[in-house]
Amino acid sequence: MADIILNKIYVKVWRQNSPKAKGRFETYQVENVSQGSSFLEMIDILNDKLILEGKDPIAFDHDCREGICGMCSMYINGHAHGPDTEVTTCQLHMRKFHEGQTIVVEPWRAAAFPVIKDVMVDRSAFEKIQQAGGYVSVNTGGVPDGNVILIGQDDAEEAMDAAACIGCGACVATCKNSSAMLFVAAKVSQFAKLPQGKVEAKKRAKAMVAKMDELGFGSCTNTGGCELACPKSISIAHIARLNREYLSAKLSD
Amino acid sequence: MSTLNSKIPAGPIAEKWTNHKAKIKVVSPANKRKLDVIVVGTGLAGASAAASLAELGYNVTAFCYQDSPRRAHSIAAQGGINAAKNYQNDNDSVYRLFYDTIKGGDYRAREANVHRLAEVSPNIIDQCVAQGVPFAREYGGTLSNRSFGGVLVSRTFYARGQTGQQLLLGAYSALNRQINAGTVKMHTRHEMLDLVVIDGKARGIIARDMVSGEVKRFGAHAVVLATGGYANVFFLSTNAMGCNASASWVAYKKGAYFANPCYVQIHPTCIPVHGSQQSKLTLMSESLRNDGRVWVPRKKEDAEKLRRGEIRPNDIADVDRDFYLERRYPSYGNLVPRDVASRAAKERCDAGFGVNKEGMAVFLDFKYAIERLGQETIAKRYGNLFQMYEKITDVNPYKEPMQIYPAIHYAMGGTWVDYNLMTTIPGLYSLGEANFSDHGANRLGASALMQGLADGYFVLPYTIGDYLGNEIMVPKINTNLPEFEAAEKAVTERLEKLFNIKGKTPADHFHKKLGAILWDYVGMSRNEAGLKKAIEEIKKLRKEFYADLLVPGELKNVNPELEKAGRVADFLEFGELLARDALNRKESCGGHFREESATEEGEAKRDDENFAYVAAWEFKGVDEEPALHKEDLVFETIQLTQRSYK
Repeated sequence: MADIILNKIYVKVWRQNSPKAKGRFETYQVENVSQGSSFLEMIDILNDKLILEGKDPIAFDHDCREGICGMCSMYINGHAHGPDTEVTTCQLHMRKFHEGQTIVVEPWRAAAFPVIKDVMVDRSAFEKIQQAGGYVSVNTGGVPDGNVILIGQDDAEEAMDAAACIGCGACVATCKNSSAMLFVAAKVSQFAKLPQGKVEAKKRAKAMVAKMDELGFGSCTNTGGCELACPKSISIAHIARLNREYLSAKLSD
Repeated sequence: MSTLNSKIPAGPIAEKWTNHKAKIKVVSPANKRKLDVIVVGTGLAGASAAASLAELGYNVTAFCYQDSPRRAHSIAAQGGINAAKNYQNDNDSVYRLFYDTIKGGDYRAREANVHRLAEVSPNIIDQCVAQGVPFAREYGGTLSNRSFGGVLVSRTFYARGQTGQQLLLGAYSALNRQINAGTVKMHTRHEMLDLVVIDGKARGIIARDMVSGEVKRFGAHAVVLATGGYANVFFLSTNAMGCNASASWVAYKKGAYFANPCYVQIHPTCIPVHGSQQSKLTLMSESLRNDGRVWVPRKKEDAEKLRRGEIRPNDIADVDRDFYLERRYPSYGNLVPRDVASRAAKERCDAGFGVNKEGMAVFLDFKYAIERLGQETIAKRYGNLFQMYEKITDVNPYKEPMQIYPAIHYAMGGTWVDYNLMTTIPGLYSLGEANFSDHGANRLGASALMQGLADGYFVLPYTIGDYLGNEIMVPKINTNLPEFEAAEKAVTERLEKLFNIKGKTPADHFHKKLGAILWDYVGMSRNEAGLKKAIEEIKKLRKEFYADLLVPGELKNVNPELEKAGRVADFLEFGELLARDALNRKESCGGHFREESATEEGEAKRDDENFAYVAAWEFKGVDEEPALHKEDLVFETIQLTQRSYK
């Protein structure tokens, strides 16, 4: 955990004042960054400097800073969430960068995720997909005892693998078609592995896929980039399961 | 004379909630359709309340400052959720959960509320299972449990190290179902900046659209705050960057009393501070103390060598390791409650046994558990936490012990509420971490998730009817009323005021200074002189803030610095109240440790004769002293004893 200091690095970042404004790259110099600092702490240092210079700081989404809320979303040196694996932007640390390096920071680029400002994007399309069917229709109260529904450990584990999705959108940002298949598959697959999800399985798969298509996400061509970019390593095997669920739902129409 | 009426029902403890439910008003389905409810915050408490109220037929409008309700900080809870299911046949019961929570809270919580919490806890698990929450399972398919601090049974349900995430996604899915049905109108990226009170009743809020910068009015028959805790007043905490106290604070300024602000939980197992660039602290779940053993070197020279990097932890033989929790607390060992574990770590570090460069860390070692259970089992239980630790620190915890140190984590204090979860403003409710009622002076692990969901799924949906039953003749709230106009004007003027100071210092600088004052004088150990000093320093800092704040950007655009400025302005007032409450409470209890009130062994010493009360503070003006109202805590069921985990 040695505290090595990066004396000077350069951040080339996308600046765009509003959704309709024309965007451009700006390059800023940042000094004295500890390699033990997180990437967003480096952005904090840069923003502090920009504010003191009378400039507008970079707008970016972030909140929990521990890799679970899914809010942070930077495309760094050509990778969603940067060069490390299995991390979100907030968990990326400066020890992955070297002295004098130029780091390129872009927003998620996808038609369904329009830029709000700088590297902050609008991911409300994900909300709409979840609202279309990402739930089991039970009201509060009147449900059976938890142990009445027995679930094999393997099924529970597999459902949990899928449920680990944090909804960050790295999969969409990485996909050359801007497909949201991994995101949709994670939810459909979680419920497909659980008895609670079976009742509405067909309706759910159709509704979520239809909404995804309606919102301008592209098609899946099985290149697998999403899985590699996913900070939670959600497997594309879930996409295969989504396809099975969807097909069987369509066939029974 | 106190003006507080806690409305605790009469009768034996186990019958209070049942009797209360039988007596309170119920609103008919036809009338529910005519009633509007605002829910601010969409964490476990807010999302579960919004979904459940909408299912009942109320028209709900919900707000969150994030871009999705799923991102509320409940998502970050790792270890688990307690429930009195007794699935393990280990003699758990509603009474035992109730007793553990009262004792864990150092006898400063309200008995009736805590018993209700324990009573509804089994329903929460059932509800979450029905929603498809993928809890951990045994081979036979039944639900799995683990242990947490401060208890002798296994009652914690979990989903790997992401229990909060899975429970929140469950509540979020229920909320989405209602949004889809049109019964909840969801406003993301909106921040509540004022409460509108008309004829003494909460009737709406003023919120800023964080994308357009527009200030908007929203009316309702009742307002529910589920806006979380105030731990971020310390700047460095395990809370998310956006967590703030502003909604509770504007409610306080409009007449909602604030209770026990000095009760702050300091979590013993966080990744230590790495330097001056740190923006927040990361928690390592308490569940790790099930299998990890906490230690520091027995010899000071070993600690010094560790600090200088001359030896590694594994170079120290077992006989030279001081497992100080096992030594001091043989019956609970590494699973003592959080406040006890935190103070014990501070004691060892202050005595010169700290193990990192700064001398502010102890070890949490899995070597012994790996020897006993194998690496695979440990990976299955804590894999994601180990991965997170390695990503942050670059140290592999399977091979070398973790370094941990206490950090600010959770607020037990909050807006004062009665048994119905209503604040001192009629029609204004407070749920989850935002209220004060269930955890006393120290919260047990895996109980925050339980409380948030209990309030939202199973308490408020019943109790709100008792108030709204009297509101059925009140038409839709007109947001053109002068009270709304005045509140909107005040919000706009305040934003302009902050924006137009045009000083030289960004909001974060003030926030860091405030955090340092609080950590030094109102942190793990407090005394009269320090607290008085803190109050003076905070007042001074507040003056500097209004003279020298610098907010860049535009008022009517995305402007995170403007958002921060508003939150820091509120923290600068709230921090003073926190210190005042700590000054007033001359006893030690739970997370509140007054140096003047300790046993010979250095444990917290309560003073039940003089302080068995809830301190509820009434706002009297920013630079005025608040008025103290006391709600006496009456213990009918549990006998008060000095807490012992030895």
